[in-house]
Amino acid sequence: MSEHGTESAGEGVSQPGTTARLDQGDIEGSGGILERFTNPGLPPHVPRSADLDEKAAHRAERQVAALFGISMVATVIFLVAYFAIDQKTYESIPGIGQASLSNVVLGVSLGVSLLCIGLGAVHWARTLMPDTEVAEDRHPQRSSDQARRDAVETATSGRAASQIGRRPMIKFTLGGALGLFALPLVLQLAGSLGPLPEAGLSTTFWRKGMRLVRDPEMTPIKASDVTLGSVFHVIPEGIDTSAHVLEEKAKAAVILIGIDAALIQVPKERAWGYGSMVAYSKICTHVGCPVGLYEHRTHHLLCPCHQSTFDVTQNCAVIFGPAHRPLPQLPITVDAQGYLVAESGFHEPVGPSFWERG
Amino acid sequence: MNPKAVPKGVAALRAREDPGPQAPEEAPLSKVGALASWVDERAGAAKPMSYLLKKVFPDHWSFMLGEIAMFSLVILLITGTFLTFWFVPSAGQVIYNGSYVPLKGISMSEAFKSTLDISFDVRGGLILRQIHHWAALLFTVSITVHMFRVFFTGAFRKPREINWVIGTVLSLLAINEGFTGYSLPDDLLSGTGLRAAEGFIQSVPVIGSYLAYFVFDGPFPGEAIIPRLFTVHVLLLPALIIGLFTAHIVLVAVHKHTQYPGPGKTNDNVVGYPFMPVYLAKSGGFFFIVFGITTLMAALVAINPIWLYGPYGPTMGTAGSQPDWYMGFADGALRLFPGFFEFNIFGYTLSLNVFIPSLIVMPLLYSIAGAYPFIESWVTGDKREHHLLDRPRNAPTRTGLGAMAISFYLILFIAAGDDLIAIKLGLSINQIVRTLQVMLIVVPPLAYWVTKRICLSLQRRDHDLVLHGHESGRIVRTAEGSFFEVHEPLPEYDRWTLVQHETLTPLQLTATVDTHGKRRTGSRGQRLRAKVSSFYFADGVPAVTPAELVAAHHDGSAGEAIETGQGGEGQGSGAPEWVGQLHGGADERPDTDAYAGHEGGVDPAPTPEN
Repeated sequence: MSEHGTESAGEGVSQPGTTARLDQGDIEGSGGILERFTNPGLPPHVPRSADLDEKAAHRAERQVAALFGISMVATVIFLVAYFAIDQKTYESIPGIGQASLSNVVLGVSLGVSLLCIGLGAVHWARTLMPDTEVAEDRHPQRSSDQARRDAVETATSGRAASQIGRRPMIKFTLGGALGLFALPLVLQLAGSLGPLPEAGLSTTFWRKGMRLVRDPEMTPIKASDVTLGSVFHVIPEGIDTSAHVLEEKAKAAVILIGIDAALIQVPKERAWGYGSMVAYSKICTHVGCPVGLYEHRTHHLLCPCHQSTFDVTQNCAVIFGPAHRPLPQLPITVDAQGYLVAESGFHEPVGPSFWERG
Repeated sequence: MNPKAVPKGVAALRAREDPGPQAPEEAPLSKVGALASWVDERAGAAKPMSYLLKKVFPDHWSFMLGEIAMFSLVILLITGTFLTFWFVPSAGQVIYNGSYVPLKGISMSEAFKSTLDISFDVRGGLILRQIHHWAALLFTVSITVHMFRVFFTGAFRKPREINWVIGTVLSLLAINEGFTGYSLPDDLLSGTGLRAAEGFIQSVPVIGSYLAYFVFDGPFPGEAIIPRLFTVHVLLLPALIIGLFTAHIVLVAVHKHTQYPGPGKTNDNVVGYPFMPVYLAKSGGFFFIVFGITTLMAALVAINPIWLYGPYGPTMGTAGSQPDWYMGFADGALRLFPGFFEFNIFGYTLSLNVFIPSLIVMPLLYSIAGAYPFIESWVTGDKREHHLLDRPRNAPTRTGLGAMAISFYLILFIAAGDDLIAIKLGLSINQIVRTLQVMLIVVPPLAYWVTKRICLSLQRRDHDLVLHGHESGRIVRTAEGSFFEVHEPLPEYDRWTLVQHETLTPLQLTATVDTHGKRRTGSRGQRLRAKVSSFYFADGVPAVTPAELVAAHHDGSAGEAIETGQGGEGQGSGAPEWVGQLHGGADERPDTDAYAGHEGGVDPAPTPEN
């Protein structure tokens, strides 16, 4: 143990309680006391009962065999249960509740089968296999100086033999070729992974005059249906016929809230609403989760993902949480039949921020 | 040319005329022996085989953490391969008509439908799916705890720095493998996770919207992300993980396993048990134990019941949505990072409130972890190989820094459950978030300080134990009538563990005088290094030296060690058994004690008259 300056044997200090003697030490002037303790070496080996007593060894053997035996039984149970138990049987299992019987029986039998093999093997190793420690020497990772010289020599002579050093034309063209060959692969991947966003993130399905319909029933909403405090999850009419329903829904989802107009503190919010109704984008301005939780008493909208909180009386400004921007408002009005319609599309991009949204 | 000279190398090949040596005649072999011989004649396997079979592994429970990770990986590969036989990685919409009645007639992706089929219609499919998910959690847990073990015991020191870096990369890959895996079923929870992931990508300055469109092949959700994630999950990341894992384990074999300090264990040996048969049985058995316990969990505890979440729809969300545990810290960072970090500059939006916590925090934390061995070796200036592990208390600053990192990570992790905490404990979500934001800044330094103090106290306790031994509970009255407790000296083997460590002292700047006669105290870098070194090592408690022990036995009088014979060996039939075991008690006598007068050349261990 070079690190700790161990001498191979001998006592650094005598047993506690005795005094060190000058004539035993090898360091002059310190009363024969070593600077550091020395490693006492492995403690004496203590034999196990199975080493000494053949009966104990037999007992251990039987225990190991029993574990392996249980494993075999459990495997057979699995094989039988696989055919015998119907997938659709549900039983009330104590401590678990209603559960698929097939899953529980297959899992427990497989688990016991595996576990018992493991326990048996470990028990075998601990009780019957030799437990005297073995020491293996370590050697420094560093190669010998000769080996290092050889490696450098092989590399440099190989480089010389290739003549790359004295044939610059090969050297530079090789560098160029190796530098460029990956570009086609990179370009293919980067160029073909997906389209450019263009206005994709800034526009939604909403157009002027589109009816607000319930999600997912797709039924239009009469202004008279929206009572104070009620909440409607809304999508634009006709979105189910678009070519990319899910993609359009992911941007166009709107939440319609009936709220006492007197509570609204922002004139623009009142103007873009209709009577006691306002409609806001349901896509969180943080990372895009649907802001689905509305608290009637406080008029707060809460995002379930990261708890950004928007105040509906303040144009859905962020009053708490990691989002920064208010939810975009959808201007609404009613059509001739009294159904709610969009007065226009959104005036700003909905959803999470991105660089060029402005 | 000397005709007798044996030609060498290629020359020999060209010169050769004889047909070469024939296979030697061998004694008849057993069947196993014959097979082994067949392989050896074709692969030369005997030598490496016997080396590996004889290889010695040290025993310690904490070495099993890495094994759990390794075995979970095997379980994941087995169950994962099975799952691919039934899973359909497609976002194409279908109407469900399987066995799970509540979802009948609902439109969902093929990915979700096939996951339902695995859970309800494929015999034994649910157990496989649940083993796979539980094993994934176990994989990431065991990697993390294994990483803690390696960190706190200093196992990352030379020559293992490369393996530490490989390990951190493996850990990073593992959690991302987990994320791609749980995103595949396209249930409401995982879809919400992907929705957020799209938001993260969008937040990248300048190119965010392009990146998002490239990853999702257009607007979210698109039909490309599920098959793409599938390829990443079953091909790309597993290949990287298996490759790096192989390098990891080969390096472990090359370095030979580290061991905890103890009697007989040195920096130049490894003490333990040979692979054949002991570790073959123990490790092989442990694989079955890990597999068995994972299977029992899968049988008895439901995990990720996607049928309760339902298929993903972009307009739906659910309260209490959390990622799997290993992504919790990233989600927590996202919840704690305040919104005012979003800026509008020259008409462009810089959304640092999303970009930093979602895409910077994770790689940053892992980079710091990966760089740590190099930072510490720069501070210590230690270029030696270390195969003996540190007891964490003997590296108080490192242990403190580790506790600091863990507390930071834990607070982020707790933050990912802030909504659940608020609901379960009836607390205000706002106050929880504010508290956690403050804690994120205040607690880690505190954790560092407290941990370091605990380590130093434990060092002092070791120090005390070596000097004064264990309290035996036996009270002895001396002839003069004073009382003290007999202290049992520490057995030599136990003592060694407490005194074997090296005490590092801070690097000192050596002041030199330059040619102009001006005093120089080293370059800026050296000054910084001296400062950091003193931060690390200024207040360590040195290991007890033999001289200190002897001195302690003699009541603080080191000079008395130099005397011959007459130790408290308890020689003489009349001497009671506690003679020579009184050091601790003797120390504790007050100076006014009648015994104080005995000092000066006499062994203070009282020698009763009788």
